[in-house]
Amino acid sequence: MTPFTVHTGIVATLDKANVDTDAIIPKQFLKSIKRTGYGPSAFFDWRYLPDGTINEDFELNHPRFKGRSILVTRNNFGCGSSREHAVWALVQDGYRVVIAPWKEMEGNRLPGFADIFKNNTTKNGMLAIELSEADVNDVFDMVAAHTGLTATADLQAQRIIFHAPSPRSFDFEIYAGAKEQLLNGLDNIDLTLQYEADISRFEAQYDPLDPNS
Amino acid sequence: MGKTLFEKIWAPHVVRELPDGSCLLYIDRHLVHEVTSPQAFAGLRQAGRKIRQPALTFSTMDHNVPTTEDRMEIKDPISKAQVDALQQNCDDFGVKLFGLGDDRQGIVHVIGPELGITLPGLTIVCGDSHTSTHGAFGALAFGIGTSEVEHVLVTQTLIQKTPHTYRVEFTGRPGPHISSKDMVLKMIGIMGTAGGSGHVLEYGGEAVRSLSMEGRMTMCNMSIEAGARAGMIAPDDTTFDYITGRRRPYAPTGEALDKALAHWRSLPSDLDAQFDQTLTIDTNRLPPQVTWGTNPGMVVDVDQPVPAPDNARGYSPSDVKSALDYMGLSPGVKLTDVPLDVVFIGSCTNSRIEDLRQAAAILDGRKKADHVELLVVPGSQQVRLQAEAEGLDRIFKAAGGQWRYAGCSMCLGMNPDQLSPQQRCASTSNRNFEGRQGKGGRTHLVSPEMAAAAAVAGKIVDIRKWLEA
Ligand code: SF4
Repeated sequence: MTPFTVHTGIVATLDKANVDTDAIIPKQFLKSIKRTGYGPSAFFDWRYLPDGTINEDFELNHPRFKGRSILVTRNNFGCGSSREHAVWALVQDGYRVVIAPWKEMEGNRLPGFADIFKNNTTKNGMLAIELSEADVNDVFDMVAAHTGLTATADLQAQRIIFHAPSPRSFDFEIYAGAKEQLLNGLDNIDLTLQYEADISRFEAQYDPLDPNS
Repeated sequence: MGKTLFEKIWAPHVVRELPDGSCLLYIDRHLVHEVTSPQAFAGLRQAGRKIRQPALTFSTMDHNVPTTEDRMEIKDPISKAQVDALQQNCDDFGVKLFGLGDDRQGIVHVIGPELGITLPGLTIVCGDSHTSTHGAFGALAFGIGTSEVEHVLVTQTLIQKTPHTYRVEFTGRPGPHISSKDMVLKMIGIMGTAGGSGHVLEYGGEAVRSLSMEGRMTMCNMSIEAGARAGMIAPDDTTFDYITGRRRPYAPTGEALDKALAHWRSLPSDLDAQFDQTLTIDTNRLPPQVTWGTNPGMVVDVDQPVPAPDNARGYSPSDVKSALDYMGLSPGVKLTDVPLDVVFIGSCTNSRIEDLRQAAAILDGRKKADHVELLVVPGSQQVRLQAEAEGLDRIFKAAGGQWRYAGCSMCLGMNPDQLSPQQRCASTSNRNFEGRQGKGGRTHLVSPEMAAAAAVAGKIVDIRKWLEA
């Protein structure tokens, strides 16, 4: 897996909450048995008109976002289906970082990304950053004000800097295991196989129908 | 302090804790289908690895398969290639496959329970978000991505952070014709589609205890639509009767069953167990629920109007506006006034025998509206056979419906069963996302009885009043 250390790129916005993985990659592309070739199909139903031409009205098709690699969106991105194809499609379409806000709702903090989607990003070298709603609102404003706005995400430092005329930087949190996996491009299976002896020992004494015996 | 059902299952499955505080969790059952597995098997081949526990791995074909009489001939070459790949992978790696033509084939979340693969106290995973269904048995069951599918195939474990716990208590007794689908849709409306993120939900309360296993599966199935990691219900006599009441080839019998029963009876949450969050929902006088928008949290009581953009709790005006535009609805409209084109009864949410019985009871002696297409798709071939033995198929056909073979069908339309652009559908499935049932299609999620009544009326009705009239 490609390690993720520092990434600088153009920032694009998608002003929609609850973007589900069916929208990120529709079902007809799930018939492939390959892991590649999904990039051009990302956001297919929004990105293209029924006749197959580019939908100029879709935000991410705007010429100002040409060459973008950082996606800023709204809360609960990647909800719904577990399909890892959604992350493959985003990565293969050139996104390395996706940013979404957590949301305070009646005293609870709802995460910016759906659980399974977020797990899938880590396994594919993509960095998912959660910021507060206010900070993400600011980022939307910055992107609207500055065509070609770029940002630099530094995973080791857990910081993202937006290179606006008056630059803004935000610190973010990330789970230690996910950070290490991304920084080193680690394969989880190799990691777990280090514990092969533990698994064997566990299996030798284990009865799933009476595990406390 | 007492323990929750979740904690009682989690602890004995921890192989070891990892340096970063996460756990290596042992997986008891791994369910596999054709869509999310090919890249995992390819990974195995590439690395020259084997499946660690083929006997704990079970496979079926459900998403791509046609549901018509001629289903053995898959005409779409890409779908066929995917189905063939699963056959090849199962042959090569020694995995049990319930393939097309096998009378145990069906939607993975329907066949697991009916074959006795799903049991209380187990950890169950599948590359499919609706794996939460199996939690109805008091199992810890959750969906995973394809990389994790490969991880489980190779190691029979997963690296997991300990999730939080969330108790949802359904008090009271719902009225007649109100189902667990209405209960869980109400809950998602309250919690929102991210409200359960990072949590395992445990459903309880009088209204849950009185549900059948089918009703409990519907409820747990929809947990993921609230963003939850999993949903579960403590096992009780209803659970044990389901497991032992008929032959389930992979369920324990004899002495093994006695031992298991003793363990299963110890699983329910202790009275003094603490949950990280709780929610109570009163089911007395709960009206039927219908979704109006493009996610399952966009839901109203059937007798309430569709909200205005500035008046939908938890959604921004622009998101509501875009949902209403997509759905072809105006604020203030009642869903009972909008004509339908299609009614779909099926999916891993509502395609089990009890769902079909409930739908058939409404359709018996009635006919679908002329302008409506009615599709009834059993969740498994076992369900299909049982429904036919009970004569339900004749009721569906006499009502003008199509009686199909088992598969996911129009729940996601990977096979030829799809909505056309702008077609409006009352569906017993679980997702009303844009394009889910077919590009441009408009989905209203409802219970099986509501779907059946909608087919007859040609529009969504309040089943309570409609049956009286
Ligand atoms: S019926 Fe629908 S939700 Fe269930 S497994 Fe099939 S496609 Fe997924």
